[in-house]
Amino acid sequence: MAVELDVFVGNTTIMDEEVYQLWLDGYTVNDAVKVRMAGGMLDECEANQDVLLSDTMDQYRTFQMCERLLQSPAKLANQLLFQIPPHRQTMLIERYYAFDDVFVREVLGKKLSKGTKKDLDDIGAKTGVTLKSCRRQFDNFKRVFKVVEELKGPLVENIRQHFLLSDKLARDYAAIVFFANNRFETGKKKLQYLTFQDFAFCAGQLINNWTVGAVDNTVEDMDVDLDKEFLQELKELKILITDKDLLDQHKSLVCTALRGKTKAFAEMEANFKNLSRGLVNIATKLTNTKDVRDFFIDLVEKFIEPCRSDRWTSADIKLYLTHYTNSAHILDSFKHQAVWDRYMGVIKSCIYKMYHD
Amino acid sequence: MPGKLKAKIVAGRHLPVMDRASDLTDAFVEVKFGNTTFKTDVFPKSLNPQWNSEWFKFEVDDEDLQDEPLQITVLDHDTYSANDAIGKVYIDIDPLLCTEAASIISGWFPIYDTIHGIRGEINVLVKVELFNDLNRFRQSSCGVKFFCTTSIPRGYRAAMVHGFVEELVVNEDPEYQWIDRIRTPRASNEARQRLISLMSGELQRKIGLKVLEMGGNAVVGYLQCFDLEGESGLVVRAIGTACTLEKQSSGSLVNTHTHPNTAPASNACNSPSKDGKESPLAHGCRSTHNSPVHSACSSQRLSQNFSVSVPTLIFTGMGSGGSAGKEAGPLKTLLRQQTQTALEQREFPFFTLTSFPPGFLVHVGGVVSARSVKLLDRIHNPALGNTRSYKLLDWNSVTADEPETRDAWWEEIRQEIKSHAKALGCHAVVGYSENTSICEEVCILSASGTAAILNPRYMREGCLDIGSTDQRFDDPSPPSCGFCHIPYDELNMPFPAQLTYCYNCRRQKVPDVLFTTIDLPAEAAVTGKGCLIQARLCRLKKKAQGEVNATAISNLLPFMEYELHTQLMNKLKLRSMNALFGLHIQISVGENMLLGLASATGVYLTALPAPGGIQIAGKTSGDLNNEQHIQAIQKRINDTIAKNKELYQINPPELTEEGVGSPIPEPRHRSRLFRSHSESSDEVSELDLSHGKKDAFVLEIDDTDAVEDIHSLLIDASPPTGFYTCNTETMPGIYNWTTAVQMFTSVRVLRLSNANLSNQSLNKIFTDLCENLLKSFYFKLRSNIPCCLCHLNFTVAVPEEELIQVSVTAVAMTFDKDQTQERFITKGGIETEEQLQFPLELCADSSSTNAQPSSKFSGVPENTIVSPRAASVDYGSFADRCSTWLELLRLKAHTIRRGSVKTISSLEHCSPLTEGRPRSLRSSRSFGGSSVTMVKMTPLSFLPGTRIIKYLGIINMFFIRETTSLREEGGVSGFLHSFIAEVFAMVRAHVAALGGNAVVSYSMKDCVLMENPNKNQAQCLINVSGDAVICVRETDQEPMTSMTNIGQTCAADGAT
Repeated sequence: MAVELDVFVGNTTIMDEEVYQLWLDGYTVNDAVKVRMAGGMLDECEANQDVLLSDTMDQYRTFQMCERLLQSPAKLANQLLFQIPPHRQTMLIERYYAFDDVFVREVLGKKLSKGTKKDLDDIGAKTGVTLKSCRRQFDNFKRVFKVVEELKGPLVENIRQHFLLSDKLARDYAAIVFFANNRFETGKKKLQYLTFQDFAFCAGQLINNWTVGAVDNTVEDMDVDLDKEFLQELKELKILITDKDLLDQHKSLVCTALRGKTKAFAEMEANFKNLSRGLVNIATKLTNTKDVRDFFIDLVEKFIEPCRSDRWTSADIKLYLTHYTNSAHILDSFKHQAVWDRYMGVIKSCIYKMYHD
Repeated sequence: MPGKLKAKIVAGRHLPVMDRASDLTDAFVEVKFGNTTFKTDVFPKSLNPQWNSEWFKFEVDDEDLQDEPLQITVLDHDTYSANDAIGKVYIDIDPLLCTEAASIISGWFPIYDTIHGIRGEINVLVKVELFNDLNRFRQSSCGVKFFCTTSIPRGYRAAMVHGFVEELVVNEDPEYQWIDRIRTPRASNEARQRLISLMSGELQRKIGLKVLEMGGNAVVGYLQCFDLEGESGLVVRAIGTACTLEKQSSGSLVNTHTHPNTAPASNACNSPSKDGKESPLAHGCRSTHNSPVHSACSSQRLSQNFSVSVPTLIFTGMGSGGSAGKEAGPLKTLLRQQTQTALEQREFPFFTLTSFPPGFLVHVGGVVSARSVKLLDRIHNPALGNTRSYKLLDWNSVTADEPETRDAWWEEIRQEIKSHAKALGCHAVVGYSENTSICEEVCILSASGTAAILNPRYMREGCLDIGSTDQRFDDPSPPSCGFCHIPYDELNMPFPAQLTYCYNCRRQKVPDVLFTTIDLPAEAAVTGKGCLIQARLCRLKKKAQGEVNATAISNLLPFMEYELHTQLMNKLKLRSMNALFGLHIQISVGENMLLGLASATGVYLTALPAPGGIQIAGKTSGDLNNEQHIQAIQKRINDTIAKNKELYQINPPELTEEGVGSPIPEPRHRSRLFRSHSESSDEVSELDLSHGKKDAFVLEIDDTDAVEDIHSLLIDASPPTGFYTCNTETMPGIYNWTTAVQMFTSVRVLRLSNANLSNQSLNKIFTDLCENLLKSFYFKLRSNIPCCLCHLNFTVAVPEEELIQVSVTAVAMTFDKDQTQERFITKGGIETEEQLQFPLELCADSSSTNAQPSSKFSGVPENTIVSPRAASVDYGSFADRCSTWLELLRLKAHTIRRGSVKTISSLEHCSPLTEGRPRSLRSSRSFGGSSVTMVKMTPLSFLPGTRIIKYLGIINMFFIRETTSLREEGGVSGFLHSFIAEVFAMVRAHVAALGGNAVVSYSMKDCVLMENPNKNQAQCLINVSGDAVICVRETDQEPMTSMTNIGQTCAADGAT
């Protein structure tokens, strides 16, 4: 007695959020049934395993048929095949484009190419995310990347409009696109402690302050590429470490301001020159694509690690960087205030975010 | 030149990529009507072309306008090779021909291809300009409105009901033409779709002409079916009820709304004043009573009325009866005479309606049905013997592909139905329907309906306006129970039945059980809630050819009917109910088996006596084990009955003789099964299956059949908490529907792996299949709780040997559990008014005569218990009789081609009912609207919480889908799943283009699936129909045209 065919079609398409999640997570039908049984679904409406299996199969089929539409979400709203109320459409899209932080952490900054796609099974094995789900997430990244690549206007807004995503998710995608485009190195051992959300925050800072779009919002790729002119101007900051007088002056200003306000004052005073050299060197090297990629690893090596070994607290970091930035304004011979602010504004917030106590 | 059709092609979107090189498409459109074709320009390199064409004008006869669909073909232009078709849209322009329906068709239509499914959408505008045609002899019937709804459509009132209209047209099936061997599957499918579209257009036009002849202006309860007879052709047939409808002005609608009528509401509450009012009536009835009716005379009467060459079974409603109340006599006769004349002018006094304006239905007799087994003739194979089968079938001088043959077949069946109705003392048949089941060259034609007596007022010219003067002819019975009163003469009953005085009005007789094919009348008094009751049956038969096969089938039919009936009766009693509504018995034929499925909604009619229990009896007493076994089963049954009483809230009032003072007859129920088979009316054999004077409905446990029956009785699980089920329009006892509805279609096919199955194991498999489907529905729709699955329509088929297919379409309607009683009452009054669209004076009338039983008898001492009643069926003796009967059948086998069964159930009992169906008007949450209009679909004739303000025309669509890449499309389930979704989408698109936002009375008439997994192929045909409407929320006066409004409704729809 084999069930040859079994379908259930509602005029309003019935979609169970729980099953949708299992489908997105790449469970097979049988595994999904097991999960649902374990989740106590058998107690509902006198269901049995066959009922669950039949329901799960139906839903999986529906999702598979919907998947094509989900890949261009704008179509979902004006297609005729499935009658789905708008708020359900929003849910479907949002969940389809949601991703696992552990997974995205692995591919962040990597080229979204076939090569990377081949490694997905390794990443899946490492992160515990099913290969199916890895592929979906990877393809989503790639799809979003391809679409926004050729669009003018603000990155986040473009993603939001084309993929009908929530603001939060659109920002995350913007970060992923930004990282993939600039190929930032995020996989080194020293960076492992950083979460995707740390990077996403930094990406947001970079997009808002360092890209072409930060000054001119009409050019293509404005939010994806860093502002070349700005990077060039950053070279001027070198004077802060090359001019010995300026360096000493800067140090004394900062130390005066910090004295008595923190337990780590001694370490701050001792390390000032080292740290300052580190930050300014990062700035001056950003014209090299290679050094842009190493931006985060440089931040960690040149600033965060020394501070951490001296046991600075987050408050210490904040205090130090605030005074470090502000004191430069008082230096008479330092003429690059605007560039300095644009640079340090981002550096400050990135370091706050990246510095975990 | 009476019409001008204009079409404009605006744009396309989401087109498929037709040119792999550019990933784009160079699309253009051909617009064809009749033999005229126009083309748009090619819109190069786009998947979202903007043609914005001129208006293409077709000048055509209105006859063609009715027959032909507008055919739109989207193609991809190719410079070097032939243009590739992307897909087609067929637009039925019939709705534009009626002034009251839609005026323009405008919207996005899915572009459909029979091989690839939906491939993008196209935006089209269509208009029609009709010129007045004064030609009396015209062939068109423009302007006649068609409704699938089997009641008087909301917003209309029936000035006159003219009666039955039928028509059929026959053609060769393109799939079986020689050319099919050389053309592509796509061309073949399209030829078929187009032909069927043409045929249904023609059919509708012809029916329209008949309606005009009769003086009507509309067809209500229009039911169109296809018979795919394979090589012998394609039959499209339709039946309906011709009416003269008058639109109710919106003013009167508002009036009815605001009129403070609390009549029905008063039924719901226990007003003590009713006691006094009603008891004198009860007293009046008391004196007359009680001579049992002789079965002999009834059988004689029956045989006189039957001149059919078939085994005929008559199921009676069980029991002995008494004589009638005298006062009703003369009036009844008068009424009957009057109605008779009105109806006798008609060849077939049949009505496809299932619910009626109050006062229309006077009495209901019982279910009448007839079946006939026919051999289809082979057009291409005359050598194989047309003549032989003709001789056999006694149809000389007709060729197979002429409609006359099929007409004659149906004519014969209808005659039989008519005579069955007559035997029940009824002059009309309501809730009438016809269907067929075809397997190879064998075809079972079935017809069934409910014998009834109707009020003649609706049959005469200008009747409604003088309704008040006619009132004296009306049966004086209160509407809450009047229809249950027996229509036949108590002294000359057509069958032995146990009659009691109506438990509601106590003036007239009622039978103890009532079976009907109609919906529960809105004004009927019901105790508790109802539920879906199904009888399922499988019977193996030997594979055979031709007449041998036909004989085998017709021999099996009566047994199947009998067993289905017994199952229904047992299950009804198990649920402590006494009436079935919406009874639909389907018998489907396959190569090696017959499937029978009877579905109905069981209720406890307050007017009828309480059903007796079921008693198990063992034949061989003395065996201790056996005794224990029987006791255990008995206990289970008793427990189930008790549980069901609680579940369905069946707490009928306890009646007492002393208190009321009326001699209610000692309830003694017998079950009688009695059959006649004869060619001339003189040969009657009767089976008295009653076991003497037993009080309970007895099941003999020694009988294997009985064991099986008991098993199947107890296997039916009741729906889980929060769910109710019925196959009628609504569920008694539930009033506060929310606006959330979820219509669905589900199909399941089972492959029987084991070739050597017994009847018993087959039954079990079939029953499990149906039960599991229901279980799946409960689970899937659990988020709609509390809800009722309404209009559960099961269809069974045997598509191939060893395959059983069950298709279900139904709607889950959520209701509000916590609504206050107070609100329910007020709503009840208003709702009833609005819903029935019926003059107020009648309502008031009904209210005065109504009384709730619980209130009526509340003050009465409860010493006399309504003792457990029972009817008994003696299986042992049945088996014996059957075998003799079978022999008789065998002797006559060559002449017998038809099994016909008449199911009559008697009933009686009245009490007022809470008839209103208040629906809640909770304001729906609002969500953002989308660019696609949400279209609700429901198999019911209404949408809860909304008011239909306009009927836009009938939707009648036929689609074929085929695939040669079955695996790639997700197997046969994936294939059918997307096809059903596509069909829904196309229906919604057509409705939206007509300006509508809902489909009511939706049904899927056919779902024929053929598969060949080895060849990776499958084909499916689906036929759907319904009425496109515009509805507004009950509180709004204006149609919801704005997007936000539509968004709201649908959001609520899906939110639950």
